[in-house]
Amino acid sequence: MKLARDTWLIFQRQIQLLLRNPVWVFVGVFQPVMYLLLFAPLLKPALNAPTQAAAYKVFVPGLLVLLAIFGGLFQGFGLIAELRAGVIERSRVTPVSRLALLLGRSLRDVVSLIVQAVIITLLALLFDLRVFIGDLLLAYLMLALIALMTSAVSYGVALKVKSEDALAPLMNTVAQPVLLLSGILLPLTFAPGWLQGVAEWNPFSWAVDGTRALFAGDLSNDKVWQGLSIIAVLAAAGVVWAARQFARSVR
Amino acid sequence: MIETRGLRKSFRSRAGREKKTVDAVRGVNLQVAEGEIFGFLGPNGAGKTTTLRMLATLIEPDGGEATIAGADLRTDPAEVRRRIGYVAQGGSTWDESTAREELVLHARLYGIAKAEAHRRAARALEAFQLSEYADRKCKTYSGGQRRRVEIALGIIHEPSIVFLDEPTTGLDPQSRAHMWDEIRRLRTEGMTVFITTHYLDEADALCDRIAIMDHGEVVAEGTPAELKREISGDVVLVGLDTATTPQAAQLLDGEPYVNKLETADEGGLRLYVDEGATAIPQILRRLDGSGLTLSSIELHRPSLDDVFLTKTGRSLRES
Repeated sequence: MKLARDTWLIFQRQIQLLLRNPVWVFVGVFQPVMYLLLFAPLLKPALNAPTQAAAYKVFVPGLLVLLAIFGGLFQGFGLIAELRAGVIERSRVTPVSRLALLLGRSLRDVVSLIVQAVIITLLALLFDLRVFIGDLLLAYLMLALIALMTSAVSYGVALKVKSEDALAPLMNTVAQPVLLLSGILLPLTFAPGWLQGVAEWNPFSWAVDGTRALFAGDLSNDKVWQGLSIIAVLAAAGVVWAARQFARSVR
Repeated sequence: MIETRGLRKSFRSRAGREKKTVDAVRGVNLQVAEGEIFGFLGPNGAGKTTTLRMLATLIEPDGGEATIAGADLRTDPAEVRRRIGYVAQGGSTWDESTAREELVLHARLYGIAKAEAHRRAARALEAFQLSEYADRKCKTYSGGQRRRVEIALGIIHEPSIVFLDEPTTGLDPQSRAHMWDEIRRLRTEGMTVFITTHYLDEADALCDRIAIMDHGEVVAEGTPAELKREISGDVVLVGLDTATTPQAAQLLDGEPYVNKLETADEGGLRLYVDEGATAIPQILRRLDGSGLTLSSIELHRPSLDDVFLTKTGRSLRES
């Protein structure tokens, strides 16, 4: 009960501050829309897709997973600014739940990601993408779990390294191989065997496959529950670890 | 209100390849009474902030015990948090939030209901003369206004004790005087106030009792008057140039009326005597008889700096 109340308080504050600076909506949507408009047209011939809509069914889920990963991983920067301003220390002298300090922030990140995802899905509808609403909601659940995990990990790392200079290269180093090995931009069906073998070990590769299956309307595909389970477990682990960083002494 | 026994904390730091352990706080014993302004005086790096952060549950002590407002620091930090307020040195407000938002949120983090949190925020804004700016963003505030918001945050849940870490550092003289009044007002309201400072005049003017800290240890504790009385008598400053200082020191060192003698780096002597009025003529006679010329002679009541100097061998102003 206290956890829910505290999380809500932190979440409310974070959302309020986010809305006060609406530039993020523009920035957050501008890039994916550019991908949609300038990159996606290459896909129909490249993927040998029968129609543009078929190409979008492959590309849009990948793009959304990409947004969830990157959006989450870079949230730590905001936290470092808060650390520096003393806001985190001020929270830590109160009896507020440490888990709530993390969850309130991560939930804001999840909500802002879902808003982005909805905007992009709506735009893709204009390009003849068609998805069943139930499948789409499950896909959003997958995205939410990814964002929860990556933002929690980013917060945890931020509390450990405490400086932007260390966080930026660290996150880039993690994000790049994750991105390349997940088949986000092009499906790994095109990859040579060894590359597919390595990608098997990348949880995000499972998440992308699962999300693609959902966009294809293939709910019974094993990749769906496998991807969701893998990501859910990792999200839980990430949250537990990051919440412990909030509880430990940080400056 | 606060009682600590042997509170210790060391940090591991890495200088180059060498790992070093720095004993930031080495066994602090303190007794702070209810309703007093207790000052923690010492140079930067003496361990004041580390001690304060331990008492405020922000870092865990390596050893020792403490009871704060009736709650045990080691076994029940959650209860300690409920009973204390803490205002950090480096600030704690967010640029994009308003003072009112910060106060309401902070009150609610202490479990206070929404309507009551709004009432308290309004009352605090009034008391700290911030009502006018209440709904402006914190980034538009002056240093003094912002510090007042931060103190208001620290006491929004009406704690029985509030810790203020260097509350006046970086403020202009006028804001500083204003802040002293605010701190005294907290005491009038029945709160125990624990401040750290490296300003002598602040410790002297504001604090009911002080502890002087140096190199992680409390070297003296008492009321400012008691501590100054400990250095019995007066201080005579004798102005000499560096060349004649050693000779003068030799001449005066054995004199019966000189309790203690210290040489200043830039030349000149600092003499602790029982009574300045009778000592000065004798000092003059002694130096004059040996043909030494003085550039000046001054009589001082002992200051807290003299206390610090006799306890640590250094002047607080130098360190």
